[in-house]
Amino acid sequence: MVKFLALAAAAAMLLAGGSAARAATARVGALSISAPWIRPTPPGAPTAAGYLNIANAGTTADRLVGATTPAAASVEVHEMSMTGGIMKMRPVPGGLAIPPGGKVALAPGSYHLMLIGPKHRLVAGQSVMMTLIFQHAGKLDVRFPVANGADGKAGAAAGTMTMGAMPAMGTKPARAAKP
Amino acid sequence: MIAGAVGAAALIGVGEYTMITRNEMPTPVTGGVGGAFSLTRDNGAPFTERDLLGKPAMIYFGYTFCPEVCPTTLTHMSAWLRALGPAAADLQTVFVTIDPERDTAAKLKEYLSGFDPRIIGLTGTPAQIATIARDYKVYYKKVPLPGGSYTMDHSSFVYLMDAKGRLAALIEYGEKDSKAMAALHKLLRGKA
Repeated sequence: MVKFLALAAAAAMLLAGGSAARAATARVGALSISAPWIRPTPPGAPTAAGYLNIANAGTTADRLVGATTPAAASVEVHEMSMTGGIMKMRPVPGGLAIPPGGKVALAPGSYHLMLIGPKHRLVAGQSVMMTLIFQHAGKLDVRFPVANGADGKAGAAAGTMTMGAMPAMGTKPARAAKP
Repeated sequence: MIAGAVGAAALIGVGEYTMITRNEMPTPVTGGVGGAFSLTRDNGAPFTERDLLGKPAMIYFGYTFCPEVCPTTLTHMSAWLRALGPAAADLQTVFVTIDPERDTAAKLKEYLSGFDPRIIGLTGTPAQIATIARDYKVYYKKVPLPGGSYTMDHSSFVYLMDAKGRLAALIEYGEKDSKAMAALHKLLRGKA
Protein backbone atom coordinates (compact mmCIF):
# COMPACT_ATOMS: atom_id res chain seq x y z
CA MET A 1 0.00 0.00 0.00
CA VAL A 2 2.86 2.34 0.77
CA LYS A 3 4.30 1.70 -2.65
CA PHE A 4 0.93 2.25 -4.27
CA LEU A 5 0.52 5.57 -2.50
CA ALA A 6 3.99 6.66 -3.56
CA LEU A 7 3.20 5.86 -7.18
CA ALA A 8 -0.17 7.55 -6.96
CA ALA A 9 1.50 10.65 -5.56
CA ALA A 10 4.06 10.60 -8.35
CA ALA A 11 1.34 10.23 -10.95
CA ALA A 12 -0.61 13.06 -9.34
CA MET A 13 2.46 15.29 -9.51
CA LEU A 14 2.84 14.53 -13.18
CA LEU A 15 -0.82 15.18 -13.86
CA ALA A 16 -0.70 18.41 -11.84
CA GLY A 17 1.57 19.97 -14.42
CA GLY A 18 4.93 18.50 -13.62
CA SER A 19 6.55 17.53 -16.88
CA ALA A 20 7.36 13.89 -17.38
CA ALA A 21 10.27 14.96 -19.50
CA ARG A 22 11.67 17.24 -16.86
CA ALA A 23 11.27 14.60 -14.21
CA ALA A 24 12.93 12.12 -16.48
CA THR A 25 16.30 13.73 -17.15
CA ALA A 26 19.06 12.31 -15.02
CA ARG A 27 22.83 12.09 -14.97
CA VAL A 28 25.40 10.05 -13.12
CA GLY A 29 29.08 10.54 -13.75
CA ALA A 30 29.58 10.88 -17.50
CA LEU A 31 26.26 9.21 -18.28
CA SER A 32 23.08 11.03 -19.26
CA ILE A 33 19.71 9.32 -19.21
CA SER A 34 16.87 10.64 -21.30
CA ALA A 35 13.41 9.70 -22.48
CA PRO A 36 12.67 6.90 -20.00
CA TRP A 37 9.26 5.34 -20.37
CA ILE A 38 7.46 2.12 -19.65
CA ARG A 39 4.85 0.50 -21.83
CA PRO A 40 1.44 0.17 -20.14
CA THR A 41 0.64 -3.43 -19.24
CA PRO A 42 -2.47 -5.52 -19.80
CA PRO A 43 -4.19 -6.71 -16.60
CA GLY A 44 -2.21 -9.42 -14.85
CA ALA A 45 0.68 -9.15 -17.30
CA PRO A 46 3.68 -11.00 -15.86
CA THR A 47 6.19 -8.70 -17.55
CA ALA A 48 6.65 -5.09 -18.62
CA ALA A 49 9.17 -3.32 -20.83
CA GLY A 50 11.03 -0.13 -20.01
CA TYR A 51 12.94 2.03 -22.48
CA LEU A 52 15.43 4.90 -22.28
CA ASN A 53 18.38 6.51 -24.00
CA ILE A 54 21.83 6.49 -22.42
CA ALA A 55 24.67 8.74 -23.56
CA ASN A 56 28.23 8.41 -22.36
CA ALA A 57 30.17 11.68 -22.51
CA GLY A 58 33.20 10.13 -20.85
CA THR A 59 36.31 8.55 -22.27
CA THR A 60 35.82 5.11 -20.81
CA ALA A 61 33.19 2.50 -21.50
CA ASP A 62 30.50 1.71 -18.98
CA ARG A 63 27.89 -0.96 -18.79
CA LEU A 64 24.22 -1.08 -17.73
CA VAL A 65 24.22 -4.27 -15.72
CA GLY A 66 20.73 -4.18 -14.26
CA ALA A 67 18.13 -2.27 -12.34
CA THR A 68 15.83 -2.57 -9.39
CA THR A 69 12.38 -1.16 -8.78
CA PRO A 70 9.79 -1.42 -6.02
CA ALA A 71 7.25 -1.96 -8.82
CA ALA A 72 8.49 -5.39 -9.93
CA ALA A 73 10.10 -8.51 -8.52
CA SER A 74 13.18 -8.10 -10.70
CA VAL A 75 14.56 -6.25 -13.71
CA GLU A 76 16.83 -7.60 -16.43
CA VAL A 77 18.43 -6.08 -19.52
CA HIS A 78 17.00 -7.90 -22.54
CA GLU A 79 17.26 -7.68 -26.27
CA MET A 80 14.40 -8.40 -28.63
CA SER A 81 14.95 -9.35 -32.23
CA MET A 82 12.65 -10.03 -35.13
CA THR A 83 14.00 -12.18 -37.93
CA GLY A 84 11.83 -13.61 -40.65
CA GLY A 85 8.74 -12.85 -38.59
CA ILE A 86 10.04 -14.77 -35.58
CA MET A 87 10.32 -12.82 -32.34
CA LYS A 88 13.11 -13.72 -29.96
CA MET A 89 14.00 -12.23 -26.62
CA ARG A 90 17.19 -12.84 -24.68
CA PRO A 91 18.95 -11.45 -21.63
CA VAL A 92 22.01 -9.40 -22.56
CA PRO A 93 24.89 -11.33 -20.99
CA GLY A 94 26.98 -9.14 -18.69
CA GLY A 95 24.82 -6.11 -19.34
CA LEU A 96 24.63 -3.52 -22.08
CA ALA A 97 27.85 -1.73 -23.08
CA ILE A 98 27.75 2.08 -23.25
CA PRO A 99 30.76 3.01 -25.37
CA PRO A 100 32.78 6.15 -24.55
CA GLY A 101 31.39 9.10 -26.46
CA GLY A 102 28.53 6.90 -27.59
CA LYS A 103 24.81 6.57 -27.14
CA VAL A 104 22.63 3.55 -26.69
CA ALA A 105 18.90 3.45 -27.19
CA LEU A 106 16.77 0.95 -25.32
CA ALA A 107 13.81 1.07 -27.66
CA PRO A 108 10.98 -1.07 -29.04
CA GLY A 109 12.31 -3.80 -31.29
CA SER A 110 15.67 -3.80 -29.58
CA TYR A 111 17.08 -3.53 -26.07
CA HIS A 112 14.75 -3.02 -23.15
CA LEU A 113 14.56 -3.28 -19.41
CA MET A 114 12.45 -6.35 -18.72
CA LEU A 115 10.41 -5.89 -15.55
CA ILE A 116 9.57 -9.34 -14.29
CA GLY A 117 6.61 -9.74 -11.98
CA PRO A 118 5.10 -6.23 -11.92
CA LYS A 119 3.40 -5.74 -8.55
CA HIS A 120 0.45 -3.94 -10.08
CA ARG A 121 -0.90 -3.08 -13.50
CA LEU A 122 1.03 -0.22 -15.11
CA VAL A 123 -1.40 2.34 -16.48
CA ALA A 124 -0.61 5.39 -18.60
CA GLY A 125 -0.24 8.45 -16.39
CA GLN A 126 1.52 6.59 -13.60
CA SER A 127 5.25 6.53 -13.20
CA VAL A 128 7.67 3.99 -11.83
CA MET A 129 10.92 4.69 -10.00
CA MET A 130 13.80 2.51 -11.09
CA THR A 131 17.37 2.38 -9.83
CA LEU A 132 19.67 1.79 -12.78
CA ILE A 133 22.90 -0.02 -11.97
CA PHE A 134 25.99 0.80 -14.01
CA GLN A 135 29.25 -1.09 -13.73
CA HIS A 136 31.37 2.04 -13.19
CA ALA A 137 29.09 5.02 -12.71
CA GLY A 138 27.15 3.27 -9.99
CA LYS A 139 23.46 3.65 -9.25
CA LEU A 140 21.01 6.21 -10.53
CA ASP A 141 17.35 6.67 -9.61
CA VAL A 142 15.20 7.46 -12.63
CA ARG A 143 11.48 8.06 -12.86
CA PHE A 144 9.91 6.16 -15.77
CA PRO A 145 6.55 7.57 -16.90
CA VAL A 146 4.09 4.93 -18.05
CA ALA A 147 3.49 6.16 -21.57
CA ASN A 148 0.56 5.42 -23.81
CA GLY A 149 0.87 4.21 -27.36
CA ALA A 150 1.24 0.60 -28.34
CA ASP A 151 4.08 1.41 -30.69
CA GLY A 152 5.83 3.75 -28.30
CA LYS A 153 4.92 6.95 -30.10
CA ALA A 154 3.90 8.59 -26.85
CA GLY A 155 7.22 7.62 -25.35
CA ALA A 156 9.07 8.97 -28.34
CA ALA A 157 7.27 12.29 -27.98
CA ALA A 158 8.27 12.51 -24.34
CA GLY A 159 11.80 11.76 -25.42
CA THR A 160 11.83 14.66 -27.82
CA MET A 161 10.99 16.99 -24.99
CA THR A 162 13.72 15.54 -22.87
CA MET A 163 16.21 15.87 -25.66
CA GLY A 164 15.33 19.53 -26.01
CA ALA A 165 16.33 20.05 -22.42
CA MET A 166 19.68 18.40 -23.07
CA PRO A 167 21.37 20.24 -25.92
CA ALA A 168 24.62 18.44 -25.27
CA MET A 169 23.09 15.27 -26.63
CA GLY A 170 22.29 14.47 -30.19
CA THR A 171 18.72 14.08 -31.24
CA LYS A 172 19.14 10.67 -32.78
CA PRO A 173 20.57 8.21 -30.31
CA ALA A 174 22.26 5.45 -32.22
CA ARG A 175 21.96 1.84 -31.32
CA ALA A 176 25.06 0.39 -29.82
CA ALA A 177 26.84 -2.19 -31.88
CA LYS A 178 25.95 -5.69 -30.87
CA PRO A 179 28.59 -7.42 -28.80
CA MET B 1 3.69 -6.60 -45.40
CA ILE B 2 0.59 -8.60 -46.13
CA ALA B 3 1.27 -12.03 -47.54
CA GLY B 4 -1.16 -13.87 -49.72
CA ALA B 5 -1.84 -17.48 -49.03
CA VAL B 6 0.85 -18.63 -51.39
CA GLY B 7 3.40 -17.15 -49.01
CA ALA B 8 2.24 -19.61 -46.41
CA ALA B 9 3.86 -22.40 -48.33
CA ALA B 10 7.15 -20.92 -47.27
CA LEU B 11 6.20 -20.81 -43.60
CA ILE B 12 6.98 -24.42 -42.98
CA GLY B 13 9.84 -25.16 -40.67
CA VAL B 14 12.20 -23.15 -38.58
CA GLY B 15 14.00 -21.23 -41.26
CA GLU B 16 13.48 -17.79 -42.68
CA TYR B 17 9.95 -16.95 -43.70
CA THR B 18 9.48 -15.74 -47.22
CA MET B 19 6.93 -12.99 -47.35
CA ILE B 20 5.13 -12.54 -50.63
CA THR B 21 3.01 -9.48 -51.22
CA ARG B 22 -0.40 -9.55 -52.78
CA ASN B 23 0.92 -7.61 -55.72
CA GLU B 24 3.47 -10.24 -56.48
CA MET B 25 1.05 -13.09 -55.98
CA PRO B 26 -2.48 -11.88 -56.69
CA THR B 27 -4.16 -15.26 -56.74
CA PRO B 28 -4.21 -16.87 -53.30
CA VAL B 29 -3.83 -20.60 -53.27
CA THR B 30 -5.61 -22.35 -50.44
CA GLY B 31 -4.52 -25.30 -48.42
CA GLY B 32 -1.59 -26.10 -46.23
CA VAL B 33 -2.51 -23.94 -43.26
CA GLY B 34 -5.17 -24.65 -40.67
CA GLY B 35 -6.99 -27.76 -39.66
CA ALA B 36 -8.75 -29.48 -36.79
CA PHE B 37 -7.92 -28.48 -33.23
CA SER B 38 -9.30 -28.95 -29.77
CA LEU B 39 -8.57 -26.17 -27.28
CA THR B 40 -10.00 -24.47 -24.19
CA ARG B 41 -11.53 -21.00 -24.17
CA ASP B 42 -10.56 -18.38 -21.63
CA ASN B 43 -13.93 -19.01 -19.95
CA GLY B 44 -13.12 -22.70 -19.61
CA ALA B 45 -15.38 -23.92 -22.42
CA PRO B 46 -14.12 -26.22 -25.15
CA PHE B 47 -13.29 -24.58 -28.48
CA THR B 48 -12.57 -26.35 -31.75
CA GLU B 49 -12.07 -25.45 -35.40
CA ARG B 50 -15.82 -25.92 -35.84
CA ASP B 51 -16.38 -22.83 -33.68
CA LEU B 52 -14.47 -20.77 -36.23
CA LEU B 53 -16.04 -22.10 -39.41
CA GLY B 54 -18.86 -20.11 -40.99
CA LYS B 55 -17.26 -16.73 -40.34
CA PRO B 56 -13.88 -15.29 -41.27
CA ALA B 57 -11.36 -15.30 -38.44
CA MET B 58 -8.40 -13.26 -37.29
CA ILE B 59 -5.96 -15.41 -35.33
CA TYR B 60 -2.83 -14.45 -33.40
CA PHE B 61 -0.41 -16.77 -31.63
CA GLY B 62 1.50 -15.31 -28.68
CA TYR B 63 1.96 -15.47 -24.91
CA THR B 64 1.35 -13.25 -21.91
CA PHE B 65 4.98 -13.11 -20.76
CA CYS B 66 5.76 -11.30 -24.03
CA PRO B 67 6.42 -7.67 -23.02
CA GLU B 68 6.27 -5.95 -26.38
CA VAL B 69 5.21 -7.74 -29.55
CA CYS B 70 2.12 -9.50 -28.20
CA PRO B 71 0.52 -6.57 -26.33
CA THR B 72 1.33 -4.32 -29.27
CA THR B 73 -0.29 -6.71 -31.73
CA LEU B 74 -3.34 -7.20 -29.50
CA THR B 75 -3.65 -3.42 -29.20
CA HIS B 76 -3.59 -3.09 -32.97
CA MET B 77 -6.09 -5.93 -33.38
CA SER B 78 -8.39 -4.16 -30.90
CA ALA B 79 -8.08 -0.95 -32.91
CA TRP B 80 -8.83 -2.79 -36.16
CA LEU B 81 -11.96 -4.29 -34.62
CA ARG B 82 -13.14 -0.85 -33.52
CA ALA B 83 -12.34 0.60 -36.94
CA LEU B 84 -14.33 -2.14 -38.66
CA GLY B 85 -17.45 -0.96 -36.88
CA PRO B 86 -20.52 -3.13 -37.45
CA ALA B 87 -18.62 -5.21 -40.02
CA ALA B 88 -16.62 -6.71 -37.13
CA ALA B 89 -19.71 -8.74 -36.22
CA ASP B 90 -18.81 -11.02 -39.12
CA LEU B 91 -15.31 -11.64 -37.81
CA GLN B 92 -14.11 -13.95 -35.06
CA THR B 93 -10.90 -12.92 -33.33
CA VAL B 94 -8.75 -15.38 -31.42
CA PHE B 95 -5.54 -15.19 -29.37
CA VAL B 96 -3.90 -18.62 -29.05
CA THR B 97 -1.16 -18.98 -26.45
CA ILE B 98 1.98 -20.84 -27.43
CA ASP B 99 2.93 -20.97 -23.73
CA PRO B 100 0.22 -23.24 -22.31
CA GLU B 101 2.28 -24.11 -19.24
CA ARG B 102 1.94 -20.58 -17.90
CA ASP B 103 -1.08 -19.24 -19.79
CA THR B 104 -4.05 -20.91 -18.15
CA ALA B 105 -7.59 -20.07 -19.22
CA ALA B 106 -7.99 -17.83 -16.16
CA LYS B 107 -4.71 -16.07 -16.91
CA LEU B 108 -5.75 -15.42 -20.50
CA LYS B 109 -9.12 -14.12 -19.40
CA GLU B 110 -7.54 -11.60 -17.05
CA TYR B 111 -4.90 -10.54 -19.59
CA LEU B 112 -7.33 -10.14 -22.47
CA SER B 113 -9.64 -7.98 -20.33
CA GLY B 114 -7.24 -5.18 -21.26
CA PHE B 115 -8.14 -5.49 -24.94
CA ASP B 116 -11.22 -5.60 -27.15
CA PRO B 117 -13.74 -7.91 -25.43
CA ARG B 118 -14.37 -9.70 -28.73
CA ILE B 119 -10.90 -11.28 -28.63
CA ILE B 120 -11.22 -14.88 -27.49
CA GLY B 121 -8.30 -16.45 -25.62
CA LEU B 122 -7.45 -20.09 -26.29
CA THR B 123 -5.15 -22.43 -24.42
CA GLY B 124 -4.78 -26.17 -24.11
CA THR B 125 -2.42 -28.92 -23.20
CA PRO B 126 1.10 -28.66 -24.59
CA ALA B 127 0.14 -31.41 -27.06
CA GLN B 128 -2.99 -29.56 -28.17
CA ILE B 129 -1.03 -26.35 -28.69
CA ALA B 130 1.63 -28.29 -30.59
CA THR B 131 -1.06 -29.60 -32.92
CA ILE B 132 -2.57 -26.23 -33.84
CA ALA B 133 0.90 -24.67 -34.15
CA ARG B 134 1.97 -27.44 -36.50
CA ASP B 135 -1.15 -27.11 -38.65
CA TYR B 136 -0.97 -23.32 -38.77
CA LYS B 137 2.78 -23.45 -39.47
CA VAL B 138 3.48 -21.40 -36.36
CA TYR B 139 7.05 -21.52 -35.19
CA TYR B 140 7.51 -21.49 -31.42
CA LYS B 141 10.25 -22.69 -29.17
CA LYS B 142 10.75 -22.75 -25.42
CA VAL B 143 14.16 -21.34 -24.56
CA PRO B 144 15.48 -21.86 -21.01
CA LEU B 145 17.00 -18.82 -19.29
CA PRO B 146 19.57 -18.63 -16.51
CA GLY B 147 17.77 -18.86 -13.19
CA GLY B 148 15.29 -21.51 -14.27
CA SER B 149 12.79 -19.35 -16.17
CA TYR B 150 12.25 -19.49 -19.90
CA THR B 151 11.26 -17.35 -22.84
CA MET B 152 9.34 -18.26 -25.98
CA ASP B 153 10.55 -17.61 -29.49
CA HIS B 154 7.52 -17.38 -31.72
CA SER B 155 6.33 -16.28 -35.12
CA SER B 156 4.45 -13.02 -35.01
CA PHE B 157 1.99 -12.97 -37.91
CA VAL B 158 -1.71 -12.27 -37.67
CA TYR B 159 -3.59 -14.91 -39.64
CA LEU B 160 -6.69 -14.03 -41.62
CA MET B 161 -8.75 -17.13 -42.34
CA ASP B 162 -11.84 -17.25 -44.50
CA ALA B 163 -15.20 -18.68 -43.45
CA LYS B 164 -14.19 -22.10 -44.74
CA GLY B 165 -11.04 -22.19 -42.62
CA ARG B 166 -8.64 -21.41 -45.45
CA LEU B 167 -5.75 -19.02 -45.06
CA ALA B 168 -6.58 -15.73 -46.77
CA ALA B 169 -3.68 -13.51 -45.71
CA LEU B 170 -0.93 -12.98 -43.17
CA ILE B 171 -0.31 -9.61 -41.56
CA GLU B 172 3.29 -9.02 -40.60
CA TYR B 173 4.24 -7.45 -37.26
CA GLY B 174 4.49 -3.68 -37.63
CA GLU B 175 2.31 -3.54 -40.73
CA LYS B 176 0.57 -0.22 -41.30
CA ASP B 177 -2.96 -0.11 -39.96
CA SER B 178 -4.23 1.02 -43.37
CA LYS B 179 -2.91 -2.11 -45.05
CA ALA B 180 -4.20 -4.37 -42.30
CA MET B 181 -7.62 -2.75 -42.58
CA ALA B 182 -7.62 -3.22 -46.34
CA ALA B 183 -6.87 -6.91 -45.85
CA LEU B 184 -9.63 -7.22 -43.27
CA HIS B 185 -12.19 -5.46 -45.47
CA LYS B 186 -11.25 -7.72 -48.32
CA LEU B 187 -11.60 -10.77 -46.08
CA LEU B 188 -15.02 -9.66 -44.88
CA ARG B 189 -16.19 -9.02 -48.42
CA GLY B 190 -15.37 -12.64 -49.11
CA LYS B 191 -12.84 -11.74 -51.73
CA ALA B 192 -9.71 -12.58 -49.83
